[in-house]
Amino acid sequence: CVGGSSERHIYCLWVFKESGAMTGWEQVCSFQDPEPADLSMEEESDTRKINNSFLRDHNYATEADIISTVEFNSSGELLATGDKGGRVVVFQREQESKSQPQRRGEYNVYSTFQSHEPEFDYLKSLEIEEKINKIKWLPQQNAAYFLLSTNDKTVKLWKISERDKRPEGYNLKDDDGRIRDPSTITSLRVPVLQPMDLMVEATARRVFSNAHTYHINSISVNSDLQTYISTDDLRVNLWNLEITDRSFNIVDIKPANMEELTEVITSAEFHPQQCHTFAYSSSKGSIRLCDMREAALCDKHCKYFEEPEDPSTRSFFSEIISSISDVKFSHNGRYLMTRDYLTVKVWDLQMENKPLETYQVHDYLRGKLCSLYENDCIFDKFECVWNGSDSVIMTGSYNNFFRMFDRNTKRDVTLEASRENSKPRAILKPRKVCVGGKRRKDEISVDSLDFSKKILHTTWHPHENIIAVAATNNLYIFQDKVN
Amino acid sequence: MEVNVEARRILAVSISKLYASRTQRGGLRLHRSLLLSMVMRSARDIYHSSRETEGQTSEEPMETSSKEGCDSEITEDKENMSPTKQSRKRRGKASAAPDFLPSKRARLEPGEERYAAPMGSWRFDPPPTHIAHQGADLHQRSRDRGITGTMVQALRSI
Repeated sequence: CVGGSSERHIYCLWVFKESGAMTGWEQVCSFQDPEPADLSMEEESDTRKINNSFLRDHNYATEADIISTVEFNSSGELLATGDKGGRVVVFQREQESKSQPQRRGEYNVYSTFQSHEPEFDYLKSLEIEEKINKIKWLPQQNAAYFLLSTNDKTVKLWKISERDKRPEGYNLKDDDGRIRDPSTITSLRVPVLQPMDLMVEATARRVFSNAHTYHINSISVNSDLQTYISTDDLRVNLWNLEITDRSFNIVDIKPANMEELTEVITSAEFHPQQCHTFAYSSSKGSIRLCDMREAALCDKHCKYFEEPEDPSTRSFFSEIISSISDVKFSHNGRYLMTRDYLTVKVWDLQMENKPLETYQVHDYLRGKLCSLYENDCIFDKFECVWNGSDSVIMTGSYNNFFRMFDRNTKRDVTLEASRENSKPRAILKPRKVCVGGKRRKDEISVDSLDFSKKILHTTWHPHENIIAVAATNNLYIFQDKVN
Repeated sequence: MEVNVEARRILAVSISKLYASRTQRGGLRLHRSLLLSMVMRSARDIYHSSRETEGQTSEEPMETSSKEGCDSEITEDKENMSPTKQSRKRRGKASAAPDFLPSKRARLEPGEERYAAPMGSWRFDPPPTHIAHQGADLHQRSRDRGITGTMVQALRSI
């Protein structure tokens, strides 16, 4: 089945069928670039050589299509993606209709707009990338939709609204807008709103700029719906959504002497219910919880979460792999989830000295850190997500694999987002990586993994079992078909 | 020693990554530079400690000079630093070309040698107006920033 199409992508839909949160996912929908350049990626078998040079095998034009962020809105009706070219594409879920029940839940393109353009900082002779780093939706308060999108330096508030009527019947101008000859006007008429084809327009309502010296890595909307934070490597700034010309700096870890710098902030997020609490993660593998009521500058944390390093696993790359790439509060606000290079950890907010649960995402890479350092993969920043009930967590890996962990049953599954392996309506088959010794028929060996195909960005529908997974420049949406 | 060989390779890879990141679109990434310098520091410590057995003097930890380029403020601090920090350069090592790097050397005219040191200090802002004034001070400033002679040598041969 085919959804909408934009000028760049052709979209089709896979749907999941669920029996339990993790088994029996059926692929129904995916949004893919139809470019043939994919073939050259498949031919590359020596994965150790694959690094950024894989882009040389493709048209450079497609680099702009690489998806850099995905996010459902708070109702799950809309799904936004941002890409390296600074574009935002918003998908909308089709309404359920009794006449076509199998088309329930398809996501079609709703709006496409250019959010950020490349800029040049003349003072520092630096180019500012237009790549969208993060998108966060504001909860819907009227007919229009609002989202925040950010690149390395500037956050923008976008309003997406529908227009399905236009006024017609003006006195002084005709319907084309041309001024009427006054001598032909013989009567008075009042313009009337007439229906028109639906038009979805996106307008930039606020631009929050010039507040970050370093590169913005995250934004987070507060539960008060009035403020939000933007975070770069060394600082967290608090903004009011209405005010663009100033922000409050609430965390500043920049040392007086930059030579003493030992850690940077990698992500920050507001607590989902407590509007005074936020957490930020560091490159050293620690998380700090801060309360804004304590002081104007939240340099002193109220809670500090860190697990002591296991000395037996120490290597040259211990610092890199312990750097946290993503931090997410659970929906109920009781837990924190962090992602570092090899693991996902769930922390209880009441227990600071060690995580509640640790899940190995791809521990078979532990012995390959040197190669992964050489091909830059060790610097990849994977995201992690909770499902709506906080019972399952998901994160991406290489070879277009993504992993789900059920916190209750302790079961885990590896799935693959690829069109070669899935026919429409076929159930997604769990994949397995063979670590050593004999490789079984369906398993894939570590050396055959394609490190250029990585799933860094994923999002889970807030209420239902629908997930969106970005695989380079392709978007896959999986959902269950139950009931 | 295998560890030593590994350390040298990692050091070489790190240097080339750090160098390449200067031309990356979007500018130098602080987080990435920090991680690279941490790896370089451990690799370098292991490399030097193994060379110590060959009778070299011990050396203090490497300064994380790679992050200087990210913030123009501290480069000024560096310039204003008192010249009391002298001779951090290990003279014995500086004269020996590092063996983990390609042997080809960029050919520099005697007057052009001054351009090499600013590259080695990872500064962003090309200091064209300063070069004429610096002369021999440039090497002094490199030492002030704590860059070892080995690093400067390494960067010149890239």
